[in-house]
Amino acid sequence: MVLSEKYQLIRKLARDFSEKEIPKEVQDNIDQTGEYPQELLAKFKKYGFFGIKAPKELGGQGADTLAYVITIEEISRVNLVSAIYVSGANSLGSGPLMLAGTDEQKRKYLAPVARGEMMPSFGLTEPGAGSDAGGVVTTAVRDGDDWILNGRKAFITAAPISDFCIVFAKTDPKAGSHGITTFIVDMKAPGVSFGKHENKMGIIGCPTSDIVLEDVRVKDEDRLGEINKGFSNAMKTLDYGRLGVAAQSVGVAQSCLEEAIKYAKERKQFGQPIAKFQAISFMVADMATELEASRELLYNAAVNKDLNDPKASMYCSMAKYFASEACNRIAYKALQIHGGYGYIKDYRIERLYRDARINSIFEGTSQVQQMVISGALLK
Amino acid sequence: MKIVVCAKQVPDTNEVKIDQQKGTLIREGVPSILNPDDANALEAALCVKDEYPGTTVSVISMGPAQALIMLRECIAMGADDGYLLSSRAFGGADTCATSTTIAAGIEKIGDVDIIFAGRQAIDGDTAQVGPQLAMRLGLPVVTYVQKVREIKDGSIVVERQLEDGYEVVEVTRPCVLTCVKELNEPRYMTVSRILYACDEADIKIWNEKDVDLDPSKCGLAASPTNVQRSFTPPPKGKGEMLTGSISEMAAALVSRLSEKHVI
Repeated sequence: MVLSEKYQLIRKLARDFSEKEIPKEVQDNIDQTGEYPQELLAKFKKYGFFGIKAPKELGGQGADTLAYVITIEEISRVNLVSAIYVSGANSLGSGPLMLAGTDEQKRKYLAPVARGEMMPSFGLTEPGAGSDAGGVVTTAVRDGDDWILNGRKAFITAAPISDFCIVFAKTDPKAGSHGITTFIVDMKAPGVSFGKHENKMGIIGCPTSDIVLEDVRVKDEDRLGEINKGFSNAMKTLDYGRLGVAAQSVGVAQSCLEEAIKYAKERKQFGQPIAKFQAISFMVADMATELEASRELLYNAAVNKDLNDPKASMYCSMAKYFASEACNRIAYKALQIHGGYGYIKDYRIERLYRDARINSIFEGTSQVQQMVISGALLK
Repeated sequence: MKIVVCAKQVPDTNEVKIDQQKGTLIREGVPSILNPDDANALEAALCVKDEYPGTTVSVISMGPAQALIMLRECIAMGADDGYLLSSRAFGGADTCATSTTIAAGIEKIGDVDIIFAGRQAIDGDTAQVGPQLAMRLGLPVVTYVQKVREIKDGSIVVERQLEDGYEVVEVTRPCVLTCVKELNEPRYMTVSRILYACDEADIKIWNEKDVDLDPSKCGLAASPTNVQRSFTPPPKGKGEMLTGSISEMAAALVSRLSEKHVI
């Protein structure tokens, strides 16, 4: 896709910012300690990265989905875990509020998220409800003007550091996915606790944990959208989340390709740079081609999403499915080109390889994307 | 206050490769960027604007239409508007003709209090356009500005970088100040400003008629200098490292210099 000046400048901003503000030492330190620097979050906040898509009147930047995915792509090219912070606020954390929030809810929750003053989290997954998101067993029971929530949410990104969580709970246990309602739950409310931080393979630096809800009282004014209509909110929000993951995949894959090219030109074996060998150069050709195809699918899906194309959800799933799988193939080849050195933590590709792996899992596994795509075609 | 910043779109010299056979720069496929020193000049202007509300910052450039994206970048950083001097008649200009053209543009903008420019552009490295511009506009100039100390009524106090220190200069306004990179750290654009710069901002494109310039006064026709040859300096031969004690090395050095009849 030929990008207009607007998107070229957005890419430049995100690239310049990421390269300068997240240097290698900072990336290594995050990966080694699991601690994400507060001053870096403050810089993302200062430059409005948490509200790229949020409307200007709510303190956001007012940009479109293409601008959002380009930004996420460029941050991911430098550091995936940083992109997850930015993406969370722009997609899963703010999507349901944008879609279903009242003006008051937007003012109270969306505006502070867009300004970077509040960290949201998104609580759909449960220990027994992953790909089968309709199978949630967390309950919300009416009690006068309030609701009482009980249940356990699993693998919630940024849960322990979030200010509120968008929680999906059953309000009509017999109605399956049509009995789910969305609530905004204050993470400091009585009855909310967190499980241990999961010890993850990659994207280290953004804590992931369970959220345990024990008789948590939520006011009806913090119910998001209509009763029993939560599932469709979740699905629509996931489109943005999936675009975000596709963008993360493209960014990580771009980085893998760059590392592979650099190494293949430097590394000499049999008296010449290994890039001179067809076995290596053809791998580079395959990586670059798959990357470019991923990027085109991503941008196309982003534009279609904003046009409210009826096939937009399918395009988002296609972009997420292809880009995340391609990202893993590209990371594999990039590490293979590095040989034994790629297996050593001193080389950047080692972390990229670990980080890449999450992309085909979260926001719907590749297999769930296949279900969405085929479901749209075989309706 | 009304501030004008002079900016130039230049090839990113970090990305430029040299054609080893022809000895010329390969410019094809090389990204164009806002000249780094000009970004410092813009940042200086934006700092004045931050401090004195009501200040306007305009950016002016000369170049082909592709330079528009650079002006949009400047607006996305915080400038109010942009002017691009663009015409076939301006093509092939050396620094002399360039400064004539930019001076005409600034005169047309009118009533300017401060003109900030970068010290030099990374493609030509001449550092001539800023001072020439001041001469053509009949304004005082301070080059190598490394700090803006104080803006007073009718004057401005700046630090001028020297090789071994700096001097403090108070200069009457209006004036031209050329900036070095030590002056500041240019700010980032913001997404919302990018949207404004691309969808709403006012960028005027002026040709020689718009700025009342005779075509004979601009471009190649008005350029007394021309480039005879571009070449890559031959790489220096490998040096010889002397080792040993200080007196041994000194003795060896003296003997080498004597051999070459330097001493």
